[in-house]
Amino acid sequence: MNRAIEINGLTKRYKELTAVDDLTLEVKSGELFSLLGVNGAGKTTTVKMLSCLVSPTSGDALLCGKSIVKSPAEVKRLIGVSPQETAVAPLLSVRENLMMMCGVHGMNKSDAAAKTKFAIDEFALGEAADRRAGKLSGGWQRRLSIALACISDPEILFLDEPTLGLDVIARSELWDTVRSLKGKVTVILTTHYMEEAEALSDRIGIMRSGHLLTVGTTDEIKQKTGKDKFEDAFIATVKEG
Amino acid sequence: MRVRAFSSRVTKEILRDPLTLGFGLGFPVVLIVLLSAIQANIPVDLFEIERLAPGMVVFGLAFISLFAATLIARDRESAFLQRLFATPMTPADFIIGYALPFIPMAAAQSAVCYCVAFIIGLTPSVNVLYSVLSVIPLSLFFIFFGLMCGSVLSVKQVGGICGALFTNLTAWLSGIWFDLDLVGGAFKKAAEILPFYHAVNAERSIIAGVTTGMGTDIAVTAVYTAAAAVTAILLFLKQMKKR
Repeated sequence: MNRAIEINGLTKRYKELTAVDDLTLEVKSGELFSLLGVNGAGKTTTVKMLSCLVSPTSGDALLCGKSIVKSPAEVKRLIGVSPQETAVAPLLSVRENLMMMCGVHGMNKSDAAAKTKFAIDEFALGEAADRRAGKLSGGWQRRLSIALACISDPEILFLDEPTLGLDVIARSELWDTVRSLKGKVTVILTTHYMEEAEALSDRIGIMRSGHLLTVGTTDEIKQKTGKDKFEDAFIATVKEG
Repeated sequence: MRVRAFSSRVTKEILRDPLTLGFGLGFPVVLIVLLSAIQANIPVDLFEIERLAPGMVVFGLAFISLFAATLIARDRESAFLQRLFATPMTPADFIIGYALPFIPMAAAQSAVCYCVAFIIGLTPSVNVLYSVLSVIPLSLFFIFFGLMCGSVLSVKQVGGICGALFTNLTAWLSGIWFDLDLVGGAFKKAAEILPFYHAVNAERSIIAGVTTGMGTDIAVTAVYTAAAAVTAILLFLKQMKKR
């Protein structure tokens, strides 16, 4: 299978703090890869570097063969990002938010209208399509946020803590949305919910203090640590790492 | 296409915010009516409608700075900008997309002020049209000042700096409310160095149809506009890089 992401020695330092330290990793095309870790592990900084929002201090990453250091403009055409915070235009309706994002990606009006209609159906946003985004519940806003990130048909999708702060039902609904993307697009998901990583991921990378401690499927990680439960395997990895 | 999509969003956000509409259009109009009522009872040269209306047009532009700054600061705080920074939008797309929608708003705001001034007694003339048109370049200073503040300040700080300090500076140092000669000294000198007094002078000259001596007023406001534009662009670029 093709490699969608090749990360080589990616490092980010902020004065004394090393947020991500010498990260090397490969993600296959169509894979749903989760970066799991407690707060401050370096997950969001990694996503920010890969989505060209933050420049790495050293190292590089190739996204579909394009360098985040040398060709950020080309990388930005390949990716979709759903940030940790709900990043929608609050006074615009769901439909208008999607139309705007199509325009931002250079689509003409008729293509944008068709794409928006498709996204509303795909992400089951019909019920809220003409409601202002700022008036929607957290779950609906997150679903819109993911739809906005997907509207340009990205090769690689970054979902940064997509279910943070959501209730159980909203989280379960969003998991269904994320599952529906599997295989269609390469997804990098950051989370600190172990059950989320376990339920959704093809492979998981566990981070702590900027270091990637281990990479594998849930079964592989459980096997490595000799634990039956993934939660115990995660704790053992983080404590021993 | 990218600029059109983004500026269309900015326009909708402005027009759908009742506070923006209320303050942007309502406040200068209320002041025109109020000060004209004072003028009717206690005549003051400064509050004659021919001098008051162009002054209020300039004062109204200070609110444009507040709205522009608030919108950008809100976009930064909500991570909406972060999302857009990860798209193919260029820095020029952002700057133009943010600035463009405020220009017709500034022109509309001045047109509303003059419509109210007509009711109060301003004689309709082609000079009013020239004044409304001249607001287009003049508004750029206020728009870029807003972009500048929005690029570095939080929404709360914008409220203090643009909402309180900047609107008061525009009011006190422009010669709208009182003749600067009455205070004189350093206050008058400061007013003459800053652009507000010159912007009001330029608008008053256009309404009066007297263009002699406008050169200095235009030059001073043009220099401030250029400085605000360069600073706003640099600060916005820094903000993009910082992320």
